Amino acid sequence: MKPFKYTRVTDATAAVRNVSANKDARFLAGGTNLLDLMKEGVDDPTELIDIARLPLAQVRSANGGVQIGALAKNTDTANHPLIRQNYPMLTQAILAGASPQIRNMATNGGNLMQRTRCTYFYDVSTPCNKREPGSGCGAMEGINRNHAVFGWSQKCVAVHPSDMCVALLALDAVVKVQDPSGKQRSIPFSEFHRLPGDAPENDNNLKHGELITAIELPKSNVAAHSYYLKIRDRSSYAFALVSVAAGLEMNGSTIRSCRIAMGGVAHKPWRAAAAEKYLTGKTATDENFRAAAEAEMNAAKPLEHNKFKVELGKRAIVHALRRAANPKTV
Amino acid sequence: MSDKPPDEIIYEELTLDESALLEEVLSELGESRRRFIGQSSMAVLSALVLEFVAKRNALAGTLEPPAYLPGVADENAVKVAFRVNGLEKAVSVDSRVTLLDALRETLGITGPKKGCDHGQCGACTVMVDGRRVLSCLTLTAQCEGRDVTTIEGIAKGDKLHPMQAAFIKHDGFQCGFCTPGQICSAVALLQEAKNGEASYVTPDVARKTASVQLSDEEIRERMSGNLCRCGAYPNIVAAIREVHTGRPTDPVPGEIAGSKGGAV
Repeated sequence: MKPFKYTRVTDATAAVRNVSANKDARFLAGGTNLLDLMKEGVDDPTELIDIARLPLAQVRSANGGVQIGALAKNTDTANHPLIRQNYPMLTQAILAGASPQIRNMATNGGNLMQRTRCTYFYDVSTPCNKREPGSGCGAMEGINRNHAVFGWSQKCVAVHPSDMCVALLALDAVVKVQDPSGKQRSIPFSEFHRLPGDAPENDNNLKHGELITAIELPKSNVAAHSYYLKIRDRSSYAFALVSVAAGLEMNGSTIRSCRIAMGGVAHKPWRAAAAEKYLTGKTATDENFRAAAEAEMNAAKPLEHNKFKVELGKRAIVHALRRAANPKTV
Repeated sequence: MSDKPPDEIIYEELTLDESALLEEVLSELGESRRRFIGQSSMAVLSALVLEFVAKRNALAGTLEPPAYLPGVADENAVKVAFRVNGLEKAVSVDSRVTLLDALRETLGITGPKKGCDHGQCGACTVMVDGRRVLSCLTLTAQCEGRDVTTIEGIAKGDKLHPMQAAFIKHDGFQCGFCTPGQICSAVALLQEAKNGEASYVTPDVARKTASVQLSDEEIRERMSGNLCRCGAYPNIVAAIREVHTGRPTDPVPGEIAGSKGGAV
């Protein structure tokens, strides 16, 4: 690990000022991803600004929904009564990620900021346009079993690793950000992360020095019919091959509206808009679920080693929708 | 006397292994080979090696640099005061030093183990303010004022913690390397269950209960951050089940074969 200066701050304005002033400075919250990246030499900040003790860890009711602080721990967010009752899909998604130890350390803001686990990104001896722009993509011609089937570019085929973010996207969350001038701005979740395009080094649309302060969840009408399904190589403590956050607003057996998002398939959490469109107004049957899954996954563009994700994605969508529609019977 | 610049002489005189070591010294000091060559002499090389040794010592937690190195101090040293197993501790370490390394190298508390050092195995698990965390992904600097409990702080004097006794009774280990992390994790798990915390395999997370009775499936999911290369999992589950339920059970041959703990 390269040497760095460590500073603990007690107010957000100082934090933002310190990081803005040095392009090689980073915010340090839980540190579960950043420290690992620094040990691997993937990131080498000269300065860490420890924000963990800023008063941004509340989970509270706000504007008919719930606001979760950027520095609330993943564990506390998942287990908060407001989240468990109103957004059980978010609880499940958070608890599907990492391990209890890591969730006790990791913060909500940090979860949004975590970097891809693409092995070529992590291995500094291989080319990676995300780590070193212009060096090439090791995964494109390499082993790309875990990589994207939607929205990738010639520059990058990596996927976003978060489970929590998949549920936040399905729930239409809004990210609250403080910029270096002290102004607050709001970023719809769907516009927070980005596709790789020609600049895979940018995972999201935050500017350097901008600090996530909170995440707002609008009132949800899918709490009674929602599920987060995660498919991975082992039964726990692994990143998703494919995951699905599904929420249904039911009227009898008719789907009044639905929310479906996927993880493990793209550079950002992926909204399954085609599946949502197909299902709206239809009855909740396996046939309709399968047709919706086909509508979504038939647009996938798999790579050499991840063609299995197309059929796996379809089955995962069907399974998640079935669980969401019949929470008591499965 | 050769007319070559002194740095090239140095490089020429080194074996391949010595050259590699020199490169390592330079990179650890943040010194480039080019800059080194530009200013190099045997004297500079000696000074760099001494500085390297000093930094190594600082990383290992030696508070005072050796007397023969006047003026060598770490520019990124941080002073941290915290409690470990109930005792007040104050250390001065390089900002890069993790809690795991401070415990093991500076304070001599070697229960927490360095397995992967990347947050993937759980061998370094300790409790900070009562919650299980990974000490390999925690900077010492982040622990100012915190209360750290390691495996060394779990027993009450000579009386083992029930979880320690249960691990022995049920043979919850073979080589023992992951065991301190397993037991710290298991002790924290008991409290999490008492708090009613959910896991990914909890059937109805929307219904929050005061405490949770854990099935074997729940225990396995909640212990998934602690790997055991010897594969003592069925016996670890049996040990945790016994302490969690409060119902003593005899170890049975099935535990060793894995059939008992394996039922979902």
